[in-house]
Amino acid sequence: MPEALSVTGLHKAYGSVQALRGVDLELGGGELFGLLGPNGAGKSTLVKIACGLVRPSAGAVRVCGFAAGSGAAHAALGYLAELFRFPDWCTADELLGLHQELAGSGGGRAERDDLLELVELGYARDRRVGAMSKGMQQRLGLAQALVGAPQLLLLDEPTSALDPAGRHMVRSLLERLRERGMSVLLNSHLLSEVELVCDRVAIIDGGAVVAAGTPAELSRPGGVEVETAAGLRTFAAATREEAPRIVRELVAAGEDVYGVRVLTSTLEDAYLEAVGRTPAQPAPAMPEAAR
Amino acid sequence: MSVPSPASPAPGAAASPPASGRAVRPPDQLRGALIVARFSLRESLRRRVFVVVGLLTVVFLALYGLATWQAFKAAEDFTGATEAGVEAETVVGATLAGLAMFAILFLGTILAVFLTLGAVRGDAERGLLQPLLVRPLSRRTLLLGRWVGATSVCAPYVMLVALGAFALTWALGGWWPDRLVTPLLGLALGVAIVAALSLAGSIALAATANGIAVFMLFGAGLTAGLLGQIAEAIGSDSLDDIARIATWALPFEALYQAGLAELTADTVGFTRLAIDLGPFGGAQSGGAGLWVWSLAYLGAVGAAAVAAFARRDL
Repeated sequence: MPEALSVTGLHKAYGSVQALRGVDLELGGGELFGLLGPNGAGKSTLVKIACGLVRPSAGAVRVCGFAAGSGAAHAALGYLAELFRFPDWCTADELLGLHQELAGSGGGRAERDDLLELVELGYARDRRVGAMSKGMQQRLGLAQALVGAPQLLLLDEPTSALDPAGRHMVRSLLERLRERGMSVLLNSHLLSEVELVCDRVAIIDGGAVVAAGTPAELSRPGGVEVETAAGLRTFAAATREEAPRIVRELVAAGEDVYGVRVLTSTLEDAYLEAVGRTPAQPAPAMPEAAR
Repeated sequence: MSVPSPASPAPGAAASPPASGRAVRPPDQLRGALIVARFSLRESLRRRVFVVVGLLTVVFLALYGLATWQAFKAAEDFTGATEAGVEAETVVGATLAGLAMFAILFLGTILAVFLTLGAVRGDAERGLLQPLLVRPLSRRTLLLGRWVGATSVCAPYVMLVALGAFALTWALGGWWPDRLVTPLLGLALGVAIVAALSLAGSIALAATANGIAVFMLFGAGLTAGLLGQIAEAIGSDSLDDIARIATWALPFEALYQAGLAELTADTVGFTRLAIDLGPFGGAQSGGAGLWVWSLAYLGAVGAAAVAAFARRDL
């Protein structure tokens, strides 16, 4: 079975500006992939090339085995742009109906209702887009992208207009989509969001992938911090496994120990390092349950 | 640095039946174009374009009717013309109908331009276009759909309003055009060409710039038509050639001129002479060649638009 998204040697130049400089990337079935990078790094260009909205200068992009921009590739993907608008005169239901027709989806009213419920807009079925808040429109955009149950979902900053509850809803939705086998490319500035839901992450800077891996792989151990009567003592080279030994040795040496924290760098640290900005301090390790 | 996919599928992908990738049957090109056209028409309906246009058209026809009534009333007293062998009703009727066709072409052009001026770049800049183009809908189909949507409004509009103006002329003055179908079809094809030009312009130009450009083209066409009439009046072959080339380069004007000529195609003698000396005299029928040329021109504009759109990054 072909990869959901395969990017090979992708270059894109807008005049003298090189937006992408040889990006290689593969996204498997049912995988949730995060794309990170500063403004102007080339993330949106990459997504737009995958959607067939922008022509590559060199390289190849295939969606589920089909050349990006082809009808077959379009039929296999759903897309929510960073900057999008829907006609303000039509209702949520009419908009989804239009996309059903264009996608050739025979899901009918049931599909439209399901999608609206999925993004918690069931109550706004007959509401005009113009009467919706930006957050509601973004959720409608997600529903629109899911019309026809695409194999690959390309989301460009899908939570930028959402409140914390809305973001939680999107995270939950993404996890459910992954469970159903849908591949998702998530382009986001919200590192915590990407860290929470993505299986793998690529950091793009200056049009090239500068770091990639699972969030855990990108995060590095940052030492062990021990709170004693004399104050905080940091063992920068120590790992989590060494924490009990450190505590034993301190106690044996007559120190009173009040607390121990295993430090690890976050995805944010890895991101800042990858794009050439030094992270300030390693943060305490995130509890496993919160991941 | 490359990012390969993990060797094994993600957890859950193989365990649960995938909901993604449900079989869909994208519409073919024609059906896709009709879906877009229907959506465009629905937009016009919801935005009350038809209500506004309808009301203003009623006002236009009412003013035209008033002018026609007064003109024919004045012509009744113009006995000198009859004595000279000129049918005053025909001259008045043909002149008024020519005026009506001029105004209707202008109204149809306004409608065509406003329905299409921001169809590509304008909609892309507002983020309206991208969600549609990511569907299995080719750019060519989208353009075709937008053109069909605009033309299916403008073409019937100009034909109906022209028919209404001719009916008023007949009811109030007893004059009816010598030919009906050709002037109506000329107007319809003329606005279809304007819609195509506007749609093509919308690929490269922002909405305001495109609107200005198309109206300037329209003005250039009208100027070419006036040049032709001046050439006819002063008997200048050179000016006539320039005017003919210019009107054929902008065939909506040539079609309008051909329609004007057909209004009085069977009129002869001094009445013919009087019409030719009037503001809408001197119009020349382009013959079958004009129709072939206009259709080819429409196709060429469409092909150029498709080629330009295919190269455009969104």
